[in-house]
Amino acid sequence: MGASTWPPSPQRSERPGKAVALDLFDMGAPTWPPNPRRSSRPGKAVALLDYSLGRVVHRLCAAVGAVAIVTSAFAGEIPSAERRSGYDFMSRETRAMQDDDGANPGLLWVLEGGSLWNRKTGAAGRACADCHGDARASMKGVAARHPSFDAARGRPVNLEQRINLCRTDRQKAPPLAYESRDLLALTAYVARQSRGLPIDLAIDERTQPFLDAGRATFHRRQGQLNLACSQCHDDHWGRRLAGNVVPQAHPTGYPLYRLEWQGLGSLQRRLRNCLIGLRAEPHEYGAPELVDLELFLMWRARGMTIEAPAVRP
Amino acid sequence: MASALVNVPARARRGEVIEIKTLISHAMETGYRRTQLGAPIPRDIIRRFVCTYNGTEVFSAELHPAIAANPFIAFSTVATESGTLAFHWTGDNGFSVTESAAIVVE
Repeated sequence: MGASTWPPSPQRSERPGKAVALDLFDMGAPTWPPNPRRSSRPGKAVALLDYSLGRVVHRLCAAVGAVAIVTSAFAGEIPSAERRSGYDFMSRETRAMQDDDGANPGLLWVLEGGSLWNRKTGAAGRACADCHGDARASMKGVAARHPSFDAARGRPVNLEQRINLCRTDRQKAPPLAYESRDLLALTAYVARQSRGLPIDLAIDERTQPFLDAGRATFHRRQGQLNLACSQCHDDHWGRRLAGNVVPQAHPTGYPLYRLEWQGLGSLQRRLRNCLIGLRAEPHEYGAPELVDLELFLMWRARGMTIEAPAVRP
Repeated sequence: MASALVNVPARARRGEVIEIKTLISHAMETGYRRTQLGAPIPRDIIRRFVCTYNGTEVFSAELHPAIAANPFIAFSTVATESGTLAFHWTGDNGFSVTESAAIVVE
């Protein structure tokens, strides 16, 4: 450990076990269990800026012996008073971009989705509007309660899957590919109708097992980095991973326009990004594991306001 | 599928400075990137944006590589008379989109 420690800290060598594991995120004096309000100490964030992923891996390897100590110390679910949307972690400029319908690029997809909504398609020759009418009324709140249970499939489906089910079952049209422009446009158009409404999932005995599966995934260590979602998003939100603030992972604005993507993307795209970041093999689009995780994340963000289509850095 | 959003105040007082915001869907491929197999991805960008106010050019811009996808262009002009603001984007591969908005000046 000696050669790779930065900045040099005399205390570190005196605490071989806990301190080494903690150093993944915290370069200063170790405190454990982590306290979410810690983010008010700016010095820490600066030190973490210089933290390359390679160094994290190095430390992980060095910390294998200390892992057992850490697993028992979860900070737990974020109390509802402290839950914050990714919006709150953004710069003033990016927030302004999201708030202004004239500047939010996600609205381009909403515009396109609006025309797809009225276009007849498939063997049935029907448009979404032929059954659902005006989306502003009929689709209000729909995104706020997805993923929702589908009786025919016997499991929860997300908004993209619900749209594709409608296409295949009612319109007799081929399903749209995940992340295709048309599917994103339709999803954005439907999700836009829920903007400002609170997330309100109906959890009953049918959806409970899937919610539990999603929760287990959220807390399960994965990938070569051996990290669980919760370790960043429950235990270390508000701090920095390289130059970026770690948000709380509340999916309030999907599908959203990510400046890094230069385009609109779904929640599953984001989840796959995170899995790749953990050096885990990402699930395929539409995989049950991802939908269960979506369900858990939406439940975890229950009561928070839908911002779709949001803008994120 | 090209689509554009323009934001023009519907009404303005004569002589008032109005802000106009435009957003257009475009990949803005720089021409400097390569595919995973090493083949260059040809440049595909918007080259020029023009706004005319009742036929008179009031704003224009030349666009270059390294401008982000879905360019957002905001500018201001003086509301002189009622009429139409026309917006025209042209670019590589014959890209051409026209959008217009009406304004009432009182």
